[in-house]
Amino acid sequence: MSEQPNESSDPRRWIQRTWNLQPVLIPLYAILLAFIVGGILIALIGVNPFEAYWALVRGMFGSPERIAGSLARSVPFIGSALALAFAFRAGLFNIGAEGQLLIGGLTAAWVGTWAFMSDTPGIIAVPIVILAGFLGGAFWGGIPGVLRAKTGAHEVITTIMLNSIALFATRWLINSTDPKILRDTTASVPRTKEISPTARLPELVDSQPPLHWGLLLMVALCFVVAFILKRTTFGFETITVGTNPHAANYAGISVDRIIILAMLLAGGFAGIAAASEVAGTNFFFQPGTFAFIGFDGIAIALLARANPIAIIPAALLWGALLSGAPLMQQEADVSIDVVRVIQAMVLLFVAADAIVRWVFHVRSTSGSQMDAPTTGWSST
Amino acid sequence: MSNTPDVAPVEMVPVLDVRDVTKTFPGVIANEDITFALNQGEIHCLLGENGAGKSTLMNVVFGLYQPDSGSIRVRGEQVQFTGVNDAIAHGIGMVHQHFQLIPVFTVLENVILGDELSKHGLLDIKDARNRIRELEQQYGLNVDPDAMVGDLSVGQQQRVELIKALFRNADILILDEPTAVLTPGEVDDFFAVVRNLVDQGKSIVFITHKLREVLAVADRITVLRNGKLAGSADPKTATQQSLANLMVGRDVVFQVEKDEAEAGDALLSVEGLVVEDERGVRMVNGFSVDVHAGEIFGVAGVEGNGQRELVKAITGMLRSVGGKVVILGHDTTKWNPRQITELGVSHVPEDRNKHGLVGPYTVADNLVLNRYYKQPYSRRGVRQTTPVDEEAELLVEQFDIRTPGIHVPVETLSGGNQQKVIIARELTGDVKVLVVAQPTRGLDVGSIEFIHNQIIELRDRGVAVLLVSAELDEILSLSDRIGVLYRGQLAGIYEGADATREQLGLLMASGASPDADVVVA
Repeated sequence: MSEQPNESSDPRRWIQRTWNLQPVLIPLYAILLAFIVGGILIALIGVNPFEAYWALVRGMFGSPERIAGSLARSVPFIGSALALAFAFRAGLFNIGAEGQLLIGGLTAAWVGTWAFMSDTPGIIAVPIVILAGFLGGAFWGGIPGVLRAKTGAHEVITTIMLNSIALFATRWLINSTDPKILRDTTASVPRTKEISPTARLPELVDSQPPLHWGLLLMVALCFVVAFILKRTTFGFETITVGTNPHAANYAGISVDRIIILAMLLAGGFAGIAAASEVAGTNFFFQPGTFAFIGFDGIAIALLARANPIAIIPAALLWGALLSGAPLMQQEADVSIDVVRVIQAMVLLFVAADAIVRWVFHVRSTSGSQMDAPTTGWSST
Repeated sequence: MSNTPDVAPVEMVPVLDVRDVTKTFPGVIANEDITFALNQGEIHCLLGENGAGKSTLMNVVFGLYQPDSGSIRVRGEQVQFTGVNDAIAHGIGMVHQHFQLIPVFTVLENVILGDELSKHGLLDIKDARNRIRELEQQYGLNVDPDAMVGDLSVGQQQRVELIKALFRNADILILDEPTAVLTPGEVDDFFAVVRNLVDQGKSIVFITHKLREVLAVADRITVLRNGKLAGSADPKTATQQSLANLMVGRDVVFQVEKDEAEAGDALLSVEGLVVEDERGVRMVNGFSVDVHAGEIFGVAGVEGNGQRELVKAITGMLRSVGGKVVILGHDTTKWNPRQITELGVSHVPEDRNKHGLVGPYTVADNLVLNRYYKQPYSRRGVRQTTPVDEEAELLVEQFDIRTPGIHVPVETLSGGNQQKVIIARELTGDVKVLVVAQPTRGLDVGSIEFIHNQIIELRDRGVAVLLVSAELDEILSLSDRIGVLYRGQLAGIYEGADATREQLGLLMASGASPDADVVVA
């Protein structure tokens, strides 16, 4: 943004423009409010909320290993939130990250177990696995995109259905022993064979779960997506379709093409996240490991107001809370579910931001397009 | 007017007396110290450009807004309305520009809605029907109480709105831009109805920005400008010119000055075009026309006769089901909007907010919305902000777009300036064919003048212009040839200089006229 001469002359305006805290004010206050309400809940069951929260904080950041564990836990959330956010910007409500993760994880694991992979150096094998995840996710995301563009079928309905299909299809592929399809019969639980050691993402910290290169991959992906949206012609077209599809059509943008591409990419981002989990954490595919990651992605994208960069802190918070909760349960006897409740309340307060504005006396900003995701997802 | 000012009786109290009303919105003074009086049995026109504060003032009177300061008296009694119901209880009725009717309800149901007569908890339909019948007879408002509102014409729906107000015993009626949606013929009928209401003792505030109507119907005229009282005028002595000057605050050139057209080759040819709308209803039914280089072909017609679909089909936004469109020698019938734009076709769309602009985008981004992907605005798929900003600064200056900067969201600009953004974008570059739909709808006199001159200038540079407008004055002052669109067909073509309002009005209303050059069945 270039400053207008008359605007930059006023220092207060300049500070406002440079350090515009307004967009993050609501999420921050929402988090605060959720913890206050959560604290009351904890107090009601007879536990000192400060002790419980202290245990939670130590569980999240109490030691280098715990910090690494928190970061590691966040990695897949970044990808699934990107899958949501990118589609939001095109005016689409992609509920299907759950299914896109499953298919992406499946293809990544399947390709990772191919025989030639063990003779392939990591510098090639890892990208192949990631690409396989991307393609699998993109395929699964592309289906609702094509259906929306060509038949008008609403993506909310189709992606929910595709989630079920993906879940049960992958379960069958993994569980089935006769015929044996993808199941590793030597393993005690239903899962695929382990991928080739060369196809694995290198570990950074031996934490629980292990922190691997997937974190850097996902953070880089966030910046790539931010660049696409902010600077490229394609990003401009995507946001135009998401903001005003009628004007997009008028301006010569093929709305159908953008819808399909946006869903393909969104699914692909979820697929990359799944591939990085397969290649960095588990080394095999098992449907249960992806449970709720796609749905939590909705929440994180909403918290980040569909901003790809803001997804990074939002996902880190999300993963850290889940990572720290067991210590709170151990030390303060407060169930892990309380963290889930707090997370849900954060979302509730972000979505119903009038509550937060009322409690903290925040004035509403005038006509910011980033408010759209909290109310209508697209402002048409 | 029954009372001439000369005899002004001292005891005469205005039925509505607004004194020194000020109403501000954050950052805007919508009304500043406005004093306005409505006498018993008069039609008082409130004239002003868009954004002059007419509607705000009347919304204050109707209890929708509370004034910051000032007082309102109704029949001498000081009032403080906290809502619409207070205003209705004091006998004030308002007919809004956009009707507040439920199309799937009957006239009767719409009228009684919110004011249902009931007996023992049940609706008393019979009494209500009788009252509506009485009102209709008394005021000459012929509408079948049992007709479905959705089936009525716009003119009839307006009568339903009037009946609604009268049913609630309104004797002060506020009519907000009542003629904006009517055909010339319907306007005359409407004036007769308004006269009749006044003769029967009602008092009317008539909000408009159309000068011709003011002179035809007003007993008294008050002009607002920029939220302030600009003056008042006597319709007997005022002229359109004097009123316009008062409205705008400077001399306005009314007649668009233009030279004879020097028509060249046909750049846009439409042959037997058939277009269906989204619901599959055939809206354009065998439309043909040739628009030549250096001429403005005006398409007149009552809205909803296929104008929208015609324009969309020509510009590629809607696929036609029959006939063909040839632009600069290319059969573009099946082309998409981008391909047609690249050929040198510019399109000023009818609905500027829905199609023409992306509201939250900056003025700069909107100014390049038809060329953002081209060099130098984009290189290898990456947008270049400097050339975009430079272009935007240039256009803002060239087209006198009043904006605090090129990086503010376009939706924060006034309607006139938003339209100028579209005009600036569409009228620059290598334009060969220009399709403009309702280019000055809802704009003030100053902006209209500017936009008309821009269109004429393009014509003089040899551009073929297809102008679609519901404003007859606009069609008449700009067009070199005029076609009337009636039920999706061209009902007749006139030479621009020969056409009169009456001829066009007749053709628009009936689709047939003895003196048109071509009459399609």
